[in-house]
Amino acid sequence: MLRLPKFTLHRPTSAADAVRIAAGHGPEASYVAGGTDLYPNMKRRVQRPTHVVSLSRCADLRSRAGVAGAEVTLGAMTTLTAIERDPWLQEHYPAFVHAASVISTPLLRNMGTIGGNLLLDTRCNYYDQNYEWRESISFCMKCDGSTCWVAPSSPRCWAVQSSDTVPLLCAIGAHVTLLGPDGERRIPLTDLYRDDGIAYTTKRPGELLTHLHLPALNGWRASYRKLRRRGSFDFPVLGVGACLHFDGDVVTRAEVRIGGAGSHAIPAVKTAAMLVGQRLRRDDAASGELIRAAAQEAYKPTRAMDNTDLDAAWRKKMAPVFVSRAIQDCL
Amino acid sequence: MTSSKVLGTFVVNGEPHEVAYAPHKTLLEVLREDLGLTGTKHGCELGECGACTVLLDGTPVVSCLVLAQEVEGRAIRTIEGLADGPDLHPLQDLFAELGASQCGYCSAGFMLAASELLERNPDPTRDEIRAAVAGNICRCTGYIKIFEAIELAAARLRGEQGQPTREMLYGS
Amino acid sequence: MAPETGMPESGGATAGGERAEGRYLHAVDAASLSVIGKPWRKIDARSRVTGQTKYADDLALPRMLACKLLRSSVAHARIKSIDTSAAEALGGVHAVLVGSELPVAFGILPVSQDEHTLCIDKVRFIGDPVAAVAAVDEDTAWEACRLIRVEYEPLDVVTSVFDAARDPHGMDPADRIHDYGREGNLHRCEHLEFGDLDAAFAESDLVREDLCFFEGNTHLPMEEHSTVAFTDPDGKLCVMSSTQTPHYLHRALAKVLAAFVPPHKIRVIACPNGGGFGGKSDPFNHEIAVARLSMKTGRPVKITLTREEVFQTHRGRHPVLMKSRIGVSKDGRIKALEFETHLDGGAYGSYGTASTFYTGALQCVTYKVDNYHFKGARWFTNKAPCGPKRGHGTPQPRFALETQLDKVAVELGIDPATLRSRHLAEAGSLTANWMRIGSMGLGECIERVCAGSGFRERWGRLPLGRGVGLACSSYLSGAGLPIYWNAMPHSGVQLKLDRSGLVTVFCGSTDIGQGSNSILAYIVAEVFGLDPQDLRVVTSDTDLTPVDLGSYSSRVTVMTGNAALQAAERARDLLVPHVAAQLDIPKGRVTFGGGRVFDCEDPERGMTFAEAVGTAEAKIGTIGTTGSYRPPKSPARYKGGGVGPSPSYSYTAAVVEVDVDPETGIYTVPRIWVAHDIGRAINPALVVGQVEGSVYMGLGEAMMEEMSYRGNRFGVHKIPSMLEYKSPTSMEMPEVVTYLVEDPDPNGPFGAKEAGQGPLLPIMPAVANAIYDAVGVRVDEVPVTPEKVFDAMQRKAQGKEARYGPRELPRVEWPEPRRVRTPWQGGTGVEVEREDELARSSQG
Ligand SMILES: Cc1cc2nc3c(=O)[nH]c(=O)nc-3n(C[C@H](O)[C@H](O)[C@H](O)COP(=O)(O)OP(=O)(O)OC[C@H]3O[C@@H](n4cnc5c(N)ncnc54)[C@H](O)[C@@H]3O)c2cc1C
Ligand code: SF4
Ligand code: FES
Ligand code: FES
Repeated sequence: MLRLPKFTLHRPTSAADAVRIAAGHGPEASYVAGGTDLYPNMKRRVQRPTHVVSLSRCADLRSRAGVAGAEVTLGAMTTLTAIERDPWLQEHYPAFVHAASVISTPLLRNMGTIGGNLLLDTRCNYYDQNYEWRESISFCMKCDGSTCWVAPSSPRCWAVQSSDTVPLLCAIGAHVTLLGPDGERRIPLTDLYRDDGIAYTTKRPGELLTHLHLPALNGWRASYRKLRRRGSFDFPVLGVGACLHFDGDVVTRAEVRIGGAGSHAIPAVKTAAMLVGQRLRRDDAASGELIRAAAQEAYKPTRAMDNTDLDAAWRKKMAPVFVSRAIQDCL
Repeated sequence: MTSSKVLGTFVVNGEPHEVAYAPHKTLLEVLREDLGLTGTKHGCELGECGACTVLLDGTPVVSCLVLAQEVEGRAIRTIEGLADGPDLHPLQDLFAELGASQCGYCSAGFMLAASELLERNPDPTRDEIRAAVAGNICRCTGYIKIFEAIELAAARLRGEQGQPTREMLYGS
Repeated sequence: MAPETGMPESGGATAGGERAEGRYLHAVDAASLSVIGKPWRKIDARSRVTGQTKYADDLALPRMLACKLLRSSVAHARIKSIDTSAAEALGGVHAVLVGSELPVAFGILPVSQDEHTLCIDKVRFIGDPVAAVAAVDEDTAWEACRLIRVEYEPLDVVTSVFDAARDPHGMDPADRIHDYGREGNLHRCEHLEFGDLDAAFAESDLVREDLCFFEGNTHLPMEEHSTVAFTDPDGKLCVMSSTQTPHYLHRALAKVLAAFVPPHKIRVIACPNGGGFGGKSDPFNHEIAVARLSMKTGRPVKITLTREEVFQTHRGRHPVLMKSRIGVSKDGRIKALEFETHLDGGAYGSYGTASTFYTGALQCVTYKVDNYHFKGARWFTNKAPCGPKRGHGTPQPRFALETQLDKVAVELGIDPATLRSRHLAEAGSLTANWMRIGSMGLGECIERVCAGSGFRERWGRLPLGRGVGLACSSYLSGAGLPIYWNAMPHSGVQLKLDRSGLVTVFCGSTDIGQGSNSILAYIVAEVFGLDPQDLRVVTSDTDLTPVDLGSYSSRVTVMTGNAALQAAERARDLLVPHVAAQLDIPKGRVTFGGGRVFDCEDPERGMTFAEAVGTAEAKIGTIGTTGSYRPPKSPARYKGGGVGPSPSYSYTAAVVEVDVDPETGIYTVPRIWVAHDIGRAINPALVVGQVEGSVYMGLGEAMMEEMSYRGNRFGVHKIPSMLEYKSPTSMEMPEVVTYLVEDPDPNGPFGAKEAGQGPLLPIMPAVANAIYDAVGVRVDEVPVTPEKVFDAMQRKAQGKEARYGPRELPRVEWPEPRRVRTPWQGGTGVEVEREDELARSSQG
């Protein structure tokens, strides 16, 4: 049986207490929400906090506030199942609900939270392995070692952004609130992430993610398309979030983010630029052509590497197809 | 960092159990090793197979990723408590009748996940059943007998006959 | 009629003796059977669905210690030193065991005793165990393993058959993975010829040569292997384990521990297995290590492998690279078949010698093959050892043959179903390689799946992206020969009839979920007219139950079934005269049914079954009988002919439907039709379950399962987890329409044949064939992944060969073939050279 290492558990009843306790233990502490990412990582000894601060009793992290037409705020401890089954979210934020509903398995969605999903560790199949396995490759740069086995001459880690909601939420322009020892701040979600497999967020030490803010509904449409081997369990090995803002059928703003293919949700800048100012219609040949051409521009920025399931070269070739389909979904 | 045990009370299948256990143990480990309830199985200990599924306040979760300390006092249901009294639960009865349990190792997880589905949705479609058990792997049955057993159990729980068809038992 | 198909009518009324053959009970009209053929619950169903079944890891004994193994972190190296002192000094550690303490080698086959409990001088793959620790708990044992210092001197690492085949003569002998085998890293190399291939190719209207590759995959049982060993109160060693073969484990323990304990003081109990599929059929290092540790510490010791260790323990499907050259006449008859296989065996022998022969054994039992040559090589590599998985060695060549026949059908313009059904091997015939076919229901299987799926109407006519594919297969109902040479029965059953009316069945077989315990109950209950749920079945305990060789090669129903039938008939014959006397009727009128024994002409006149047993017991004493079974002698008497013969062969046909996305290569399988010739279904519900389960596992192999290693990165297994080793979920499982075809076989109990493995075999080729039908490309490789489909479609679009697959084989210097004349050349089943020898000796 694979077991957890020994550690001390703390169970504060408010976000503020949680931050205070975590601050008291510095880098030795980790927050835990659903534990569906942290505990497997601890069992594999890739994360080894000696103090774990559980957020399960922080009632202030479980709320949902907001009405249609205005911003909606979700507490970080909202479970993925709660999002999936929320009829109001289903009606107003269907792409977000869809992205949450294709995560992992129903059992894990009952446990996993949106906060944990936004802060999900980057993944790599040289890293998501037991201690013994990693010992046999002399470990790697992300944990206990010095070489990146995916790109041995590379100075950085290429572990993969693997959360399903992140590409979509980045595309629609969501924000998050963070509470740290030095106070609270609110930032665009896109600013939370960095293109680095190890230091993949800009979260400051001890900061707690308290809330996710979904932008008001004002004429944008979004879609999330996930590539994975099986219809359940599997992390995205390509996940495309797309969001188009319209004036009539003219695109006024576009944002496409490619997940599962780099250490952050990569913006498909050229693709988006080619769509803005264009008239796009459903089942229209010219629109189809344009979208295909724009989607082709997503090939280059997609940095699929040989560290996930499915062949890297094929995953890269799939990026334009998935981008094109995600854009089509928004019409 | 302590290796000494802590004392806690777990309410399993409606009964409180006071037990001394190592504080870094998961619910799975406490159930099996400290309470002797070995009906809950394990196949990965990483959330990747569903064999360890139990109900926590009525919600199916993988007990290998639940820290025991976090669930003291909460309602835990395991396979040992699925049936109420000497008679089998309709899910158990149909798993037995159709052969939805071959080696039986995954069965507890499937039945507990299914029992919650049927609470929520007394008349699920085949696709809803597929989705509800999509966190449980079975290597023996090919799932079909499991789907059928859940469908028939749903019917019986609704007070209908829920009899297997000829094809289920004899092939087409 | 050949002597091996004849059979005395009855085993006689006295206990003992061996049943050589099945009886003609299959001829019994199905309507007259009261238990057989009915969808009973399994006798242990209640225990399985209530969580009461005790699998090995569910056992906990007072004072039990936990064991962990330290496994090699390098793929190939000499062990220079092992220092266990720090581990031994750790609080909570009770014993540390290293290889030199158990120098005796073991292995499942007598010809490859190449494993040690713990490595002594050398490690051969990442995961090879080097030390074992027994400690108060798993955490402590794990910590202790981390404190053991092993110094390795690295050796060349071989991770593919091409690496293995490089320069066998020039290589430094020290770099060989094993110092036995043919040469270099070539473990086995076999060459067999049946008939005249050159002439047959010359006469053929169409000749094609195809290369294909079947990647290795693993069983992935849900239960991780577990073993508990302890000294029982009488001072004897007891080992309780998740094993499919307690008898073979007993033999290995007796051999390795000979210096410490005699065989009769070792008791092996196979716990119910949480899935096996062949993966728990070898005696394993961890089983022997905990046995020794329990002796060293005087306490019970348990080990439960982690999922990663289960991948390292493996013994799964061999990766096989194949070449098939086929010559057919215009109407599709196979005139010549030349088959070459290269098995990537991994680091140890395991069942590999048998696996090698199996890649060439069953090519001729489905369709007539006039002339057949086989070359098979098995290579050692520094990867987890391969062995038997469901279909043992036959799915790979089956894939090659069935995809090749699909190509032949396209070239000849004959639909693939008709091509096959025109040239079926005949019931009761001998094949080119001397396999004796029993009943043969493949023709009906093909017709059933074609009718159900509309295959003939839809094949070649569906829109782009949709396709249907057909393939067929056959499998053994038990291997004809035991694993170690002996003339004793393969299965034994003992019955005890109690005056309470209870019948207890004792048998050494192991229920791995397939329901073999229930089969014993059904057969015995049928004979006595009892409810199977009322019997007691005691199995898989080497102290209590007569030997059965184990749950492998689909042998259990046929072999234990025949033994149980014999034992039950003998017991019935013991009761009949005394009941007849009591009722004052002729013996011929004594009938068993409904828990009673009565006069068939006056059913009111009778007694309960319990009274019948009491009546006989009063006259002749305690009632007990035995039954046993040994398969018929095979006509394949050439060297290598021991692999492939079986009392009977099951047959399966399958049609798979696919939906392919032409833009991505991603495909889904919405529906599968499968027909299985089961001989007779002892319990149709169990058979349907076995068929669906086989289809599932076959689909996993076809679509996604693979054991992949990083050859360029130290030879590590790429993905040893339930998450990354992809096994289909409930979302992938298609609708499956199952047809059971019943063509009773004279060798099976009530005519039964196997069901647990055969239906897996046609799925992989049927998927590949359906992909071709959908998008016009050939993926000559398993698994058929979307990347490969995409790659082939791109090639097609570029005007290149519309195919994804291997292009070369390793080079081997094949030995001179063993030539055996076919039955129709007037052969005798032995090598040509030995024909003369045998003729001379029979004259002299
Ligand atoms: C088998 C399996 C399959 C999976 N498949 C998918 C998948 O397909 N897609 C996908 O997106 N994910 C997948 N996951 C990952 C995971 O289940 C989800 O991402 C889940 O949402 C994580 O949430 P959690 O609450 O369980 O996180 P936790 O494990 O509790 O936390 C994750 C990380 O975030 C930190 N953290 C959590 N909450 C906060 C907070 N409020 N403030 C600051 N830090 C915080 C923790 O310290 C930890 O480092 C899978 C996991 C498993 C085991
Ligand atoms: S990308 Fe490189 S450094 Fe990062 S986890 Fe993978 S192997 Fe390690
Ligand atoms: S043991 Fe918990 S999911 Fe596998
Ligand atoms: S019945 Fe064996 S794993 Fe499901």
